[in-house]
Amino acid sequence: MTTTTAPTVAQAMRRPQATLRERLQTWTPKIVLAPSFALVLIFVYGFNLWTLLLSFTNSKAFTNFNFIGLSNYQKLWTWTFETDPPSSWYTALVNMGVFGGLYVAFCLILGLTLAILLDQKIRGEGVLRPIYLYPLALSFIVTGTAWKLFLDPGIGLEKAMHDIGWSSFRFDWVVTPSMMIYCVAIAGVWQTSGFVMAMFLAGLRGIDGEILKAAQIDGASAFAIYWRIVIPIMRPVFLSAIIVLAHMAIKSYDLVLSVTGKNPGGAAELPSTFMYSYTFTRDQMAVGSTSAVIMLMTIAAIMIPYLYSELKEKSR
Amino acid sequence: MKLRKMLMASAMAAVAAGFAAPSHAADIKEVQMLHWWTSGGEAAALNVLKQYLAKKGYAWKDVPVAGGGGEAAMTTLKAMVAAGNPPTASQILGYFALDYAEAGKLTEVDDLAKKENWAKVIPTALQKFTTTDGHWDAIPINIHSVNWIWVNKAVMDKIGGTEPKNFDDFLALLDKAKKAGVIPIALGGQPWQEATMFDSVVMSTGGPDFYKKAFVDLDESALKSDTMKKAFDNLAKLRDYLDPNYAGRDWNLATAMVIKGDALLQVMGDWAKGEFKAANKEPGKDYLCYRFPGTDGSVIYNTDMFALFKVSADRRAAQLALADATMNPEVQSAFNVIKGSVPARTDVPDTAFDMCGKKGIADVKAANAKGTFVGSMAQNYAEPPAIGTGVYHDVVTKFFHGEIKTSDEAVAELVKGIEAAK
Amino acid sequence: MTAVDALRAAPVREPTRHSTTTRVVIYGLLTVFAVVYLLPLVVMVMTSLKPLDEVTGGNMFYAPKDLTFEPWSKAWGTACVGLTCDGIKGYFWNSIKMVVPAVIISTLLGALNGYVLTKWRFPAHKLVFGMMLFACFIPFQSVLIPMATILGKLGEFGRSLDDSIGFSFGFGNPTVNLVLVHVVYGLGFTTLFFRNYYEAFPTELIRAAMIDGAGFFRIFRRILLPSSGPIIIVTVIYQFTNIWNDFLFGATFAAGESSPMTVALYNIVNTSTGVIEYNVNMATAIIAAGPTLLVYVVAGRYFVRGLMAGAVKG
Repeated sequence: MTTTTAPTVAQAMRRPQATLRERLQTWTPKIVLAPSFALVLIFVYGFNLWTLLLSFTNSKAFTNFNFIGLSNYQKLWTWTFETDPPSSWYTALVNMGVFGGLYVAFCLILGLTLAILLDQKIRGEGVLRPIYLYPLALSFIVTGTAWKLFLDPGIGLEKAMHDIGWSSFRFDWVVTPSMMIYCVAIAGVWQTSGFVMAMFLAGLRGIDGEILKAAQIDGASAFAIYWRIVIPIMRPVFLSAIIVLAHMAIKSYDLVLSVTGKNPGGAAELPSTFMYSYTFTRDQMAVGSTSAVIMLMTIAAIMIPYLYSELKEKSR
Repeated sequence: MKLRKMLMASAMAAVAAGFAAPSHAADIKEVQMLHWWTSGGEAAALNVLKQYLAKKGYAWKDVPVAGGGGEAAMTTLKAMVAAGNPPTASQILGYFALDYAEAGKLTEVDDLAKKENWAKVIPTALQKFTTTDGHWDAIPINIHSVNWIWVNKAVMDKIGGTEPKNFDDFLALLDKAKKAGVIPIALGGQPWQEATMFDSVVMSTGGPDFYKKAFVDLDESALKSDTMKKAFDNLAKLRDYLDPNYAGRDWNLATAMVIKGDALLQVMGDWAKGEFKAANKEPGKDYLCYRFPGTDGSVIYNTDMFALFKVSADRRAAQLALADATMNPEVQSAFNVIKGSVPARTDVPDTAFDMCGKKGIADVKAANAKGTFVGSMAQNYAEPPAIGTGVYHDVVTKFFHGEIKTSDEAVAELVKGIEAAK
Repeated sequence: MTAVDALRAAPVREPTRHSTTTRVVIYGLLTVFAVVYLLPLVVMVMTSLKPLDEVTGGNMFYAPKDLTFEPWSKAWGTACVGLTCDGIKGYFWNSIKMVVPAVIISTLLGALNGYVLTKWRFPAHKLVFGMMLFACFIPFQSVLIPMATILGKLGEFGRSLDDSIGFSFGFGNPTVNLVLVHVVYGLGFTTLFFRNYYEAFPTELIRAAMIDGAGFFRIFRRILLPSSGPIIIVTVIYQFTNIWNDFLFGATFAAGESSPMTVALYNIVNTSTGVIEYNVNMATAIIAAGPTLLVYVVAGRYFVRGLMAGAVKG
């Protein structure tokens, strides 16, 4: 319905002798959109091209233009597939999958659950909603530090449990290299699930009551209503939520460092920490740029098909 | 809508114009310093410099960016230089200064250097970083060294321990502590702490000449040698003397364990002194400072320097004043007493320093003369960051936490990594 | 406008009747979650009210034995950020100066973009939207240096403007730079939120308005904006939080006296070789989170009003 009306409107405006005002009307939307698009072209795609360029050089502390072809990519390839023990880059990629997957999945599940629970016309929503939402207000550094303290076996949860008598309780994930990344995921889910809840709640609120009433009259169970009607209607919310979550998962740098205490043993390496340290701390800008390009391509490989399928759906 | 947006934009611009950069006056009497000394103790040390400059009529524009070894600050510095807006000077570590010099971003203060004869009073090893082709472009304010152990005296007396002179003595002492129920070594399991400790272990295992060959010259036969493997094995031995929660712990929490008496000692650079001082502990009475067993006579150093950037002519006078102030013996003495380090100038009298400070100053002078004054690999003073905080930290922390299982593997990884990073 | 008003009458959803057991389960789950979410905050608040030796020596779950507000007054007024020991209050104002324009501009642009992409379609509109969406994934670390270079050039331009006409339009001013950076990198998200929202907005209303003679901006102002409550709230919450809490851009492009509050917070909380004052750090962190929390509480009310079309659905 929507796709046919818009062009009709535009066509209606394009009469034989188009007055200045009418021509302005057809061009205004494009003029309005243009600055944003231009900004994105320059500052996102332009910079991505710049990063791509750098990945073919051997820039160290500063950018230089000594082109060395694909050797940076070869280096990272070796680091992914041919190193034993696994290199930091390999660990970073694996962790990205583990952390990213857990973070997105649990935020979605938790957010949706809380939203559905809150939507049941319960009392006290005004109190509960900010409680779930407030963690997002804290910066990553604060969140990480708070959770590091919380999960520390010596002064946090494990010690508190011991103090109150449950002496066999063990929770030393945060000091165990192989489990550190899960602690980062816990802190991350705690922080962002409230926002996902808010998105889903807003979406739930906008569902047309008639549809739900009709389903109830037809005798559908509550579960069926949610599973077959509500969740499919909320697909665009899922799209927005997944994009936001994926973005945050990729960006998480401060969170990782503050929860793990500077990533001992290198076990909690993520592409963002890898990129940052190679570009700025180790003065190997070209390697950092290469890793950024590879990350971008990996994200593109996942997100572009997803975006395509979601956007395609719209033209019903 | 557009009109409103335009109005808003011009309103904002008007407001912003109020904050626009001041127009250029002749000789800006202001020093802009980028640094990461944001804690109370360190800031107090830097304040000495600020007050000295204030007396000379120069204002201080502080640009602090916190973060461990200055990672965030170095990013900010890169951005400022890329934007064409460098600070008057920046706190900087060795190799980064060389990078900026190579890129032509630093200026020189040779006249001042010649007048005050810096070439004679700054240890020769440091001059590698402070000069480029003979031009002085960075000024060191202090010298820290990393091969120290800090011991709780009460605990030491209780277990009947004495100063360990070599690594075997060290292990014996640690065994004594373990038997007495005290945590022998308080360690914060972060990559830089483990690497810093390893510097001392290597020096202790192989001696200063081996250290130089392996870490400064990157001689492959030294890196692959049995001595290096023994060093890794020694490091592994130290793992048995830690408490189970050491991973990820901040360094000063480890120092607190020693101060409280929960642990016997900590292997740490001399900035640990600041913690003891803040807890009102005195050297000789409450705590003891020894060189890491087997490294007495050598100094593994790192230094804090201020790189001087090319700035406009009207900021030059302020820059020279800063250089002059930094190298002033009184300033160096006052600064380092607070910070816990040792003056960069070897001719500063040690009267204001405590027992550990005096030892530090003497050690630097002696080591400089003997040629056993070497840069810390862990702190990026032996090799550039790609190898130091890069490969070295990676291999040591992975070995320490068990992801690299044997010393043979560790040595191989080290050599491989260094090759790749060159 | 009667056509519009008629179409705007929304069917309101009626409350569902639940059995008692269901209600108990629901309330139970919500309470358990609430406790889990609150626990870290409770610990933070308690830590900020203890003197330092109680923090390092005691158990973090115990209430303060020696309640003190000193960490709070220190955080606000006397904590040291580098050599200046005036607490966090000045930087607070820096952040507000930066966040408010950035949020307003990026939200406005997002709304306009969403409007254009859904109601004034042109052939390549899906591609343009897709490209703007993909812009959300740029790794921030890789834009730091090129952005710094461009901002430097803008600064030079500003200085030359200043020299020639005495007015620099804010080019080169660190706060203005940060606003520009945050607007650019927020555009992807704001466009996403509004575009999905407006997609569900019935086009009959638009058509009716056009028949009544309304143009591009009037339709936006009179029809779309008034019904955009929920999505404006979501967008403002998201943008405000992200920009307020940003550290990387603030530290890289505005270090020094114009730095936003996050950089000051980071400077207070992170020390390399000094004593860590956990209580002051917690107090500073809570103060830093204050405005965002306020925005959530205030904006939260608007969530209750289920307005016409879905908030973030399509």
